[in-house]
Amino acid sequence: MLEIKNLHVSIEEKKIIKGLDLSINKGEVHALMGPNGSGKSTLSYVLSGKDKYEINDGTIDYNGKNLLELDVDERANEGLFLAFQYPMEIPGVQTSFFLKTAINSKRKYLGQSEMDALEFAKLMKSKAEELNISTEMLKRDLNVNYSGGEKKKQEILQMSMLSPKMAILDETDSGLDIDALRIVSEGVNKLRNSDNSFLVITHYQRLLNYIKPDFVHIIADGKIVKSGDYSLALELEEKGYEEISQTA
Amino acid sequence: MAATEQTIKQVNTLGSSDYKYGFSTEVDEIRPPKGLNEEIIKFISAQKDEPEWMLEWRLNAFKVFNKLPKPQWAKLNIPEIDYQDCYYYSIPKSLKDKPKSLDEIDPEILKTYEKLGIPLKEQKMLSGIAVDAVFDSVSVATTYKKQLSDLGIVFCSISEAVKTHPELVKKYLGSVIPVSDHSFAALNSAVFTDGSFIYIPEGVRCPVELSTYFRINAMNTGQFERTLIIADKDSYVSYLEGCTAPMRDENQLHAANVELVALDNAEIKYSTVQNWYPGDKEGKGGIYNFVTKRGACRGKNSKISWTQVETGSAITWKYPSCILQGDNSKGEFYSVAITNNMQQADTGTKMIHIGKNTSSKIISKGISAGKANNTYRGLVNILSKAKNARNFTQCDSLLIGNQCGAHTVPYIESSNSDSMIEHEATTSKINEDQLFYCQQRGLNSEDAVGLIVNGFCKEVLQHLPMEFAVEAQKLVAISLEGSVG
Repeated sequence: MLEIKNLHVSIEEKKIIKGLDLSINKGEVHALMGPNGSGKSTLSYVLSGKDKYEINDGTIDYNGKNLLELDVDERANEGLFLAFQYPMEIPGVQTSFFLKTAINSKRKYLGQSEMDALEFAKLMKSKAEELNISTEMLKRDLNVNYSGGEKKKQEILQMSMLSPKMAILDETDSGLDIDALRIVSEGVNKLRNSDNSFLVITHYQRLLNYIKPDFVHIIADGKIVKSGDYSLALELEEKGYEEISQTA
Repeated sequence: MAATEQTIKQVNTLGSSDYKYGFSTEVDEIRPPKGLNEEIIKFISAQKDEPEWMLEWRLNAFKVFNKLPKPQWAKLNIPEIDYQDCYYYSIPKSLKDKPKSLDEIDPEILKTYEKLGIPLKEQKMLSGIAVDAVFDSVSVATTYKKQLSDLGIVFCSISEAVKTHPELVKKYLGSVIPVSDHSFAALNSAVFTDGSFIYIPEGVRCPVELSTYFRINAMNTGQFERTLIIADKDSYVSYLEGCTAPMRDENQLHAANVELVALDNAEIKYSTVQNWYPGDKEGKGGIYNFVTKRGACRGKNSKISWTQVETGSAITWKYPSCILQGDNSKGEFYSVAITNNMQQADTGTKMIHIGKNTSSKIISKGISAGKANNTYRGLVNILSKAKNARNFTQCDSLLIGNQCGAHTVPYIESSNSDSMIEHEATTSKINEDQLFYCQQRGLNSEDAVGLIVNGFCKEVLQHLPMEFAVEAQKLVAISLEGSVG
């Protein structure tokens, strides 16, 4: 699914990622953990194609394609999804309209016809219910005056409607209370299947109680310093980043 | 490439070829020689078979025009206009002897309107919308006439109204915009050619949208539209105008006067979708759009609401205004003005509060791209008798790229301590993170800009009649992106 080799990234001359390797197969959930400034969010932006990041070295293969050659929207329509840490507000654009536009952009890219209005309404309703999102909310402007938790739920709703192949969750747990965390995690778990993959970026082990990863990686100073299974997250919780990084 | 950069690039590549109404129609035209003088005015009047009083009115306006300087207040770079190097009258030969039915109209002209999406033939007429189609200097046809006249509604060309309803025309023409208002108003009064006339009788709610479609076709020809709408007591009408022109290298002049009169409890909703040819990327060609639009809320509880979507023209100079004379009367102005490439717009409104408890609302959205300049200019004037007057103004500007300009020039004058005036203004650049977010959800950069800009304009677009709101949304996207729909 995703194969990152020897990735070096800088922003405005400052080196952020310094030789990162990561390989994610179909059906796997990987967790990426690390302290502030370790390069976690940078990786999510590089994968989704945000500009201003300079790729100094390395390759990223995504399903046999050179990911770095694809535009942002091409990556998205090829099934790469980023659940934003800080989702953007778009005033004047109704949430449901945005969802419909996103779905139809993807269908257009894949050479399919637009989704029938009724089919769309049904899909949106069922997915929204799973996430405990009210229909009232879908009528509001996208993310405008949403609480932090509502914004994160909205990201997961978009994700479940677009059913991506490769989903990156960038600190989706931050700003969530315990109930919202459970609902969001259940939403993610429902989507998991043998064909798609997840990269879950987080500070805390807490989220991983709900979304059980197959692999856990610890990133420090732009490199993966340790990889393991779920038990690594527990170890990290106990010892802290500093000790783990040093023993690596 | 940065999303914004990409957008700017796209906007830059948007050449004249993306203007989809840029075709011209081959028709034989009747045209007197170029130039502006009394002879031409007499010629126009004679062609229209006008009564003596109308000709005198025109000649008087011409005298006034000669004395008035060109208005200078706008932040516009208007090249010197040679009024003598322009045709003032041009009509297709086939329309010379007023056609009795559509079958007598040159099929080329009917085709033009079909291409523009305005079918005039009975079987294809737009449902729920009565259309008056104006081609250069003359009205081609008006649909739904019979159905409207059964309700006592008069909807015809102004030329026809001069003959059939002289008492109304005499009473109201020039009563809202005096001939001497400024030189463009005087010029229009002297040489106006056609436009629409509407009278809604007392107590009648007009059941369909009334609409005029203005088309400039002939070269070097000015279009001087004159529209007069009168809503009698307790009546309601919603009116929409659309405008397009062929792509031509020279500039063409469109100087319109539009007057609205609302009597007691009457309401007029006036919407404009202006998409005149804007000129090419370097600023060559395009329409000079000098428009005077003014509505008088003469009666108590009357209401006039202007909604405009201005995307075309090389230069737009336009301030649809309300004179709030009647007690409790209301004025509204909702505007989207988009300028791209070398386009210039100086547009806004005047709200003159005279009566008690009058209120006005101004929502203006200006979008600038390319090297364009976009100015909001507005006056809120509350006179001493306007007790408890209220105004709310919101002016938002959006910039795309770093070579364009947005300016907001509000004038507020209040002669009364009971009034309440609010003014809000914002200027922002199109947000790179918003674009990235949309693109991450699969929208290409053009669609992302279209979505965000339409969101920005939503408050205004939702005031358009439903049938046109979707078209206007597309137009907003097209005029910024070059992706011809």
